Order: sequence, then C-alpha cells, then structure tokens
Amino acid sequence: MGTIIELFSYDFFTHAFWASFFAAISCGIIGTYIVSRRIVFVSGGITHASFGGIGIGYFLGWNPLIGAAIFAVLSGWGIQLFTQKGKVREDSSIAIWWSLGMAIGIIFVYLSPGYAPNLMSYLFGSVLTVSMTELWLMGVLSLVLILFFALFYRLVLYVAFDEEFARTTGLPVNLINYLLISFIAITIVLNIRVVGIILILSLLTLPQTTANLFTKDFKKLMVLSVLFAFLGSLSGLLFSFYVDIPSGASIIFTLVLIFGLTKLAIYLRNKLRHA
Amino acid sequence: MNTKLVEIKDVAVSYDHQNVVLEEASFDICPSDFIGVIGPNGGGKTTLIKALLGLVKPDQGQIKFHIPIKKVGYLPQINQVDKRFPITVLDVVRSGKTGSKPFTLFKKNVPDTEFAEQLLSEMGIADLRHKAIGELSGGQMQRVFLCRSLMNQPELLVLDEPDTFVDNHFESELYEKLRELNERMAIVLVSHDVGTISFYVKSIVCVNRNVHYHPSNVITTEQLASYNCPLQIITHGDIPHTVLKMHDNHDHHGHHH
Repeated sequence: MGTIIELFSYDFFTHAFWASFFAAISCGIIGTYIVSRRIVFVSGGITHASFGGIGIGYFLGWNPLIGAAIFAVLSGWGIQLFTQKGKVREDSSIAIWWSLGMAIGIIFVYLSPGYAPNLMSYLFGSVLTVSMTELWLMGVLSLVLILFFALFYRLVLYVAFDEEFARTTGLPVNLINYLLISFIAITIVLNIRVVGIILILSLLTLPQTTANLFTKDFKKLMVLSVLFAFLGSLSGLLFSFYVDIPSGASIIFTLVLIFGLTKLAIYLRNKLRHA
Repeated sequence: MNTKLVEIKDVAVSYDHQNVVLEEASFDICPSDFIGVIGPNGGGKTTLIKALLGLVKPDQGQIKFHIPIKKVGYLPQINQVDKRFPITVLDVVRSGKTGSKPFTLFKKNVPDTEFAEQLLSEMGIADLRHKAIGELSGGQMQRVFLCRSLMNQPELLVLDEPDTFVDNHFESELYEKLRELNERMAIVLVSHDVGTISFYVKSIVCVNRNVHYHPSNVITTEQLASYNCPLQIITHGDIPHTVLKMHDNHDHHGHHH
C-alpha cells in the first residue's frame, strides 16, 4: 500500500499519527490505573467537568485547553475531597462535579460573543487539526508518565491494590492518590483533541479491557494496553481517512471491534480446546 | 528490654465525634501473648484493631508502642481488597515489606523476592506465586495475606477474621500455623468463632463497645454476661459442650450444662 506512505507527506496526517501515538502511551498507562482501581466514573466526572473550563476559555479568549486543564484537576481533587472529608457518597460526588462543569461550560459558551469555533472538535475530537504545541505537550506527558510509572511502579501498585494496608506500611497514600488523580486529569485534557470529551472514556478503558483478556499483571497490562490503544487509534485513523467519517468515532469503533474480535477468538479457542 | 510490646490505655473511638463505637479499652500486649478478640458484629472489634494500627484516631486515651510500628504485621478482613485487581501473588506478598527503596525501575529486589518466596513455600503455596490474586480460592488467598503480614518479620501479628471464606481443613491448619508463629511473636486474633479460638488463644478481649480483658482462655457465659457480651460460646472442658446464649434471669445459671 503505497498510499499509506504517501499520507505521511501531508503534515496534518503526520501530526495525527504522532497524536495517536502519544494518546496510546498516555491513555494506555493511565487507563490501566483507572480500570484497575475501578475509578472509570471518577474519570468520566473529570472529563465532563473539564467542559466548564473550555467554556470559560472561550469566554476569556484563552486557549480552551488551559481552562479545561484547571477544571479537570480541580474537579479531580474535588471528587476525592468530597468523598474523603465531606462524607458524600462517591457516585453522588461524581455527578455533582460532572453536571456542574457541563453547566458552567454551557453558560459561558452561550455568553461568549459571536460563534464558538471548533466547539465540536472538543466534544467529538479532531485529531487531524492537532497543533504542534499540543503535540509537544502530549509527548512530554507521555515521557513523564513512563518515567513516573517506571520509578514508582511498586508504590503505585501497592497503594492502588490495598490503600488501607499501604497506610500501615507507611506509604504516602494521600500524596499518591492526589498525584495520580492529577495525572488522570491532565491525560484526559490533552487527549480531548484526539477523540473528544464524549468519547475519551473509551480510550481509557477499551484497550485495557482487551489487554486484560491476556494478562492479569499490572505491569504487562500497561504495556499491552498501550499496544492495543495504538493499534486501535492508528487503524481507526486510516479507516476514517479512507471512508471519510469523523476520526474520533472511527477510533472508538475500531477499539470496540478489536475487543470484540479478540474476545471471540479466545472464546472459540477455548471451545475448540475443550471439544 | 521492655516487657510490654504495646500499652493501650483508656482508648475511646467515635465516628463524627458523636457515635461512640469503642470506649474504656485498656490492656497490654506482651511478647508471647496470644489474645483472642471476640464480640458481636458491630461491637467494635475491627475499630479496636484499626485504632491499634493507627488507621483511626482515638478521641481519648493513648496507644503506646515499645516496638517500631513496622514490626507489627497486619492481616485485614478479606473483603477489604478487590479480588479482581490485576496483581500477582508474589507482588501481594512483597507489598508487606516496609522501608524498601521507593525507586525500583522495574528492577527485581532479590532479597525481598527470595523472602517472599520462602514464606510462600512455608505456607505450601509456592507454585501459585505467578497467579493473579483473583484466581485463588478463599483459603489460598488468606494464606497469601498471612505471608504478606509476615514480610517484616513482625514481633506482633494482628489478624482480623482470617477464618472467613475458608474451609474447615484450612481453618485448623491456619490455627496450627498461628500457634507455631506464636513461639516467635505476639498475636492478636479477631474472630467470630469464639469456640475454636478459645482452644488456641491464651487470653481473651471481649469487645462490645466496652472492652474487657480476660486473662485466660476459659470464659463462661456468666462472665460474658457480666461483660455485656452476648455471644454463643462453645467451651472446651473435659467433654466439649455448647453453652447457648446467656439468659435474662441468672438464678439457674450453669444447670443446663
């Protein structure tokens, strides 16, 4: 297929390629933590709360991602704090931040003068229009995450597995929790451009669920998730290009397809083995 | 050397500073102790353990340690952990080690790994070390958590209902193992199975909001009643016999034996 190589001569495609690559690394790693700790809906809350920041960004004329980052981190801490200190049940706490962020976003987008350009690209993603700055940020984030998880792997693993026991062995549980929720927030915000607010949860859960079919070891789960995320986003990207459909939705569709086929293959193999 | 490992003095714990769940807890833990903690569900057994481990802060009183806190091994209730978490048995056991360097770089810590493997083979489950925790049975899981609590070679071992989700065979094996460990360390064992543990423990702490220390392993219904501790107990006299719930009227106590 000479056409794929041809595609790389277009800047927008090279950008999209690197964006999917970095998205796979950051979402693969952070998603493994999210899925293992069963905080998928905490992440959903953070994702939607970040829309408030996007609205305020439009209103003030800033880059909406700056507002989104602030909102995401604050809502992440907020959910944690409400649950821990305020004695609010976790799912209720998530719903509060989730809807508050969306509401603020809607109000400020409405108040912003004129028409809000690219609003759809934040909601549904637009990997083909990712800027050079955003690419750099995604690259740095991927590097930071790789280094952090390589250096503090056991610390993160032990706290995630049994928080209370980790306290008795003197590990800095609160610090790890708040640090990781901040990483989750930043990862979500920087990957919004790839698949959008509405769809980002899938990039944080689908590759991990597929990888979980092969391994139950946290370390291997991270590596495999990155691979599946990359496979899914790259083939989704190519598919969207040839069929001319939105890239974000195409990536999710491919990720689900990979999961479905893998699950089916494993099912058939077990069936044949026992037949 | 101090002869006491831990001194617990007048400890009271409450949630939200209004609901008192534990009060007047006073007892000492000495080096060769084997203390059984009994009491009804919701009576504060787990709270006492958590206060002892520093996981909940007492409102009153103090808990004084004469050994470093890392010399206290802990086996929490099994339903506290997520059984589908992607972690291997070996990693679970290694997580019991404190004071390892935080930087690991995926590197294998050979002494830790070897000690963990040694504990696993002493418990007869070395072949499970690369399995995920979720693939084990209840009894195997409890053995893994027992190994984890022994990683620091503790001087005091605290176990919160290690006999839940295990079969009878493992239960007796577990208690024999604890008896063996008791030669090297003090043990505090929380259990709802009063009858079985009274056979192994040397002294009993009865927790039903109030805490009573009972310096022997024989406890009668009358004593339980005076401790306000409503329990069904089985005693191990010459002929094992069951003593059913305490009575409201105490004038014919003992006659149903």
